[in-house]
Amino acid sequence: MERIPLHIARFIGLVFIQLFLLKNIGFYNLSTPYIYILFILLLPFKIPNFFLYALAFGCGITIDVFHDTLGLHALACTVLALGRILFLNLTISNDSLETEPEPSLSSMGARWFLLYGLLMAFLHHLTLFIFELFSLSNFGGTLLRTILSAFFTLFLMLVISLVFYRKKAR
Amino acid sequence: MRNLWIYISKHNAVILFFIFFASSFILLINNNSFQRASTWNSSNEWVASQYQKVQNLKDYLRLRAINDSLASENGRLLNLIPQRDSSETNGLTKVLDTVSHQQYSYYTAKVVNNSVRQKNNYITIDKGSLQGIKKGMGVLGPNGVVGIVLNVSPKFATIQSLLHSETRISASLASNQAFGSLVWGAGNFNSSYAILQDIPNHIKTKVGEKVITSGYSLFPAGIPIGTVSETGMKGGDNFLNIKVKLATNFATLSYVHVVNNASGKEQETIELSNKTE
Repeated sequence: MERIPLHIARFIGLVFIQLFLLKNIGFYNLSTPYIYILFILLLPFKIPNFFLYALAFGCGITIDVFHDTLGLHALACTVLALGRILFLNLTISNDSLETEPEPSLSSMGARWFLLYGLLMAFLHHLTLFIFELFSLSNFGGTLLRTILSAFFTLFLMLVISLVFYRKKAR
Repeated sequence: MRNLWIYISKHNAVILFFIFFASSFILLINNNSFQRASTWNSSNEWVASQYQKVQNLKDYLRLRAINDSLASENGRLLNLIPQRDSSETNGLTKVLDTVSHQQYSYYTAKVVNNSVRQKNNYITIDKGSLQGIKKGMGVLGPNGVVGIVLNVSPKFATIQSLLHSETRISASLASNQAFGSLVWGAGNFNSSYAILQDIPNHIKTKVGEKVITSGYSLFPAGIPIGTVSETGMKGGDNFLNIKVKLATNFATLSYVHVVNNASGKEQETIELSNKTE
């Protein structure tokens, strides 16, 4: 509960970076980072599914409003939320939920977090690019864009996570 | 009911996913012109292709009606050809008001019975005196001369085919206007060939030369009959017998045009008066 202002601050900060900085950054239109998904990735472990979906959906809508693509990012974030639920169910045992508040780099370790970030970014970007094109033609190009963008996003996630890295209080 | 709630709470991740996915998808389709356009386009394409398939089937079933209309269209177009104009065939002054001076008009008819393998062949068509067919009219096929109307009932008419031992049609060679009679059946019962008789000996013909109607009989001048296939047949004393390959394939004849020669009656009477004198 006491961490809610932190999440709000993170949301505003990430969306701000996304909209006013990263919107103008691209690598030959092949690699576009979408760092705002870090907000969804870092939501608490114990959040009810409904709130997870609602927050992901709302986050996507916020981006959409600024990008003039109403529904596109919301859709990708919904897929991302499902992916997050499945990934956490598969990799986290229930007892570790007691000790850690959220799946961050500092709490879960680099190996787990890198896999988590990469898979989630890939899932989100793939959905996003497919529905942006709205066709499966030139799927190879979409896949290339997805992979390059996912690595770019992962890199930015690592940078931000390292900036806010906190040593485990053990 | 309780079980239902348990089930829903167990699988709430997936169910919620579908709810949120559907709502964002609806938003996406409704608010973005590109996605909306491509959605409607793909479904429209599918719908249109289904319509086209049904239409193809319908067209096939309607082939008979389409054929009929095309045949009558052909008859109408034949009426527009300048050659029907009497002023052109007899070299008199050309009349601008062609309608009132139209010498030949055409009735389109469907072949309902046909033979090609007899000694004397007849064709039955589905138009008769009610439609204006009269005895003695010429009959043309799509490629050329077919025969002469022999008998007429109210709804049907029989045609004495070109493939008939009694049929004689005035024909001429396209290059030099030398004319003779086209006959069939003199020792030859092949439905593809006929003999052009009474061409004078001094006329030079070539294989492949066109044989056309002369204009001295029921038919307009210049209607194709066939092509010369053999020239050297000696007939009687001073005349050549020329073997002609017929242009009309009588075995597959399905539509014919009956020629109405408007001034034919007049020609007949005046020619008859020559004999009685």
